[in-house]
Amino acid sequence: MQGRGGRLLVWWLMFLSAAMPFFYALYCAFINPTGPDVVKEVLEFLGDTAFIYLLLTLSVTPLRRHLGQSWLQRFRRMLGLYCLFYAALHLSIYFGIMVDFSALFEELVKRPYVLVGALAFIVLLALGLTSPKFMMRRMGRRWKSLHRWIYVAVILVWLHMFWQSRGDVGEAMLYGAVTVLLLLLRVPRVEEMFKKNRKGYCSE
Amino acid sequence: MLIRIPSSSHPSPSEITPESVYLNRRQFMGLSVSAGMLATAGWAQAAQTPLQAALQQKLSSVQKSPYRTDEKQTPFEHVTQYNNFYEFGYEKSDPAEYAHEMQVDPWSLEVSGHAAKTGVYTLEDILSWMDIEERIYRLRCVEAWSMVIPWVGFSLASLIKRFEPGSKAKYVFFETLHSPEQMRGQRSAFSSIEWPYVEGMRMDEAVHPLSFMAVGLYGKALPNQNGAPLRLVVPWKYGFKSIKSIVKIRFLEERLLTSWEKSAPSEYGFYSNVNPKVDHPRWSQKEERRLPSSFFSPNRIPTKMFNGYPEVAGLYQGMDLRKYF
Repeated sequence: MQGRGGRLLVWWLMFLSAAMPFFYALYCAFINPTGPDVVKEVLEFLGDTAFIYLLLTLSVTPLRRHLGQSWLQRFRRMLGLYCLFYAALHLSIYFGIMVDFSALFEELVKRPYVLVGALAFIVLLALGLTSPKFMMRRMGRRWKSLHRWIYVAVILVWLHMFWQSRGDVGEAMLYGAVTVLLLLLRVPRVEEMFKKNRKGYCSE
Repeated sequence: MLIRIPSSSHPSPSEITPESVYLNRRQFMGLSVSAGMLATAGWAQAAQTPLQAALQQKLSSVQKSPYRTDEKQTPFEHVTQYNNFYEFGYEKSDPAEYAHEMQVDPWSLEVSGHAAKTGVYTLEDILSWMDIEERIYRLRCVEAWSMVIPWVGFSLASLIKRFEPGSKAKYVFFETLHSPEQMRGQRSAFSSIEWPYVEGMRMDEAVHPLSFMAVGLYGKALPNQNGAPLRLVVPWKYGFKSIKSIVKIRFLEERLLTSWEKSAPSEYGFYSNVNPKVDHPRWSQKEERRLPSSFFSPNRIPTKMFNGYPEVAGLYQGMDLRKYF
């Protein structure tokens, strides 16, 4: 794609395709329920979707550094904000429909997976609120160290999922494997191994 | 006490085709060749197995039991398409999709332990002893959803009596079919459940009039995904106690660990009575979603002690139900 028009088209394509899970969730929730326990199903779907967008956000930098695919870079913030969006919907359905809002405190105290999920959300919210360009400029070096908290968030999110496994841990293991891979790619030693053949694609 | 662990190459009784069925099939094939063309009715009759015949006969004369409720029944499609039957997968839709891979006819039940009449019984034998009735029970899943289901079957007490358990029979344990070739969930590498699925009750719980053995629902034979052809229904306990597709009953003096107790002892106890005051460690049991639930009507209702069957309270007199959850 060349020129401003082309770039705009790609942006809109990304923006709309990333919103597809939202429209799918609306469709399941209000038009054609997927089953008799649709609130729970949509809740879990939105949670999974938020996790996937978090992993996509985390894969942007390794894709650029190790595979030379830099085009995704422009969409890193968009992917991260979508993750926050889906996480917010997930959280609202939990405390708005699945349990009483008045049970918020009790749930946080009594259930470690809820607490861990809520902590992850607070981190994501902080990252989302500081994501505009002017915040980036204003915060300078501190912006980068704050946004490293995404690594903490992804571990918390994984724990949130793993703690809810019942009978079968296959799904949590799959997400865990991707998480570990994406984190490993940030370890300087592992990075070096990749970089040997890829000079010219370094520096952030 | 001897626990026989069958090797995987050893066919379970349910896998062996009885000679009568085998011969019937021969006879039927011969018939259809000589007759050339068969009327539909004649064909259906000729193709019927002894179990099908017994089920059909019993299902045509079902008595309505006083054990019923006026609450709205969960539609048939949900009862038969939203299931937990981990032997076929972990998604609620998996059992409806894959349970047809299980062979439920012929079916037999192996009875062992402290009883006078142990041995292997075919399901049609068992059916011939029993009067069949319909009971409408609430089913409360430990995952905090619930249904109202019209089951068809007979009381567990009437079955147990037939086997004449002795005084040493303090517990009754049940086992689901174990057949990884037919049950894809049993082939999963990530399962934290040990197969075969094992459940049990104290003898006095088992012979309580509410304990029920179902062979059907909504007036029809049980669909495979609902635990065909023979399952337990214990309405005052969480759903996972109501073990499906039963191939073994054991009368024991000592208590075994059930499958869920082994998998997560801090979360699932032997009794697992529905109790709004004792939370699951990971979620509250105060409320339940009566299915179907939707965004327009989440249908959250308070959970009742013993799932609204207070007549069982006597079984637990003097017991701390927080400790014996």
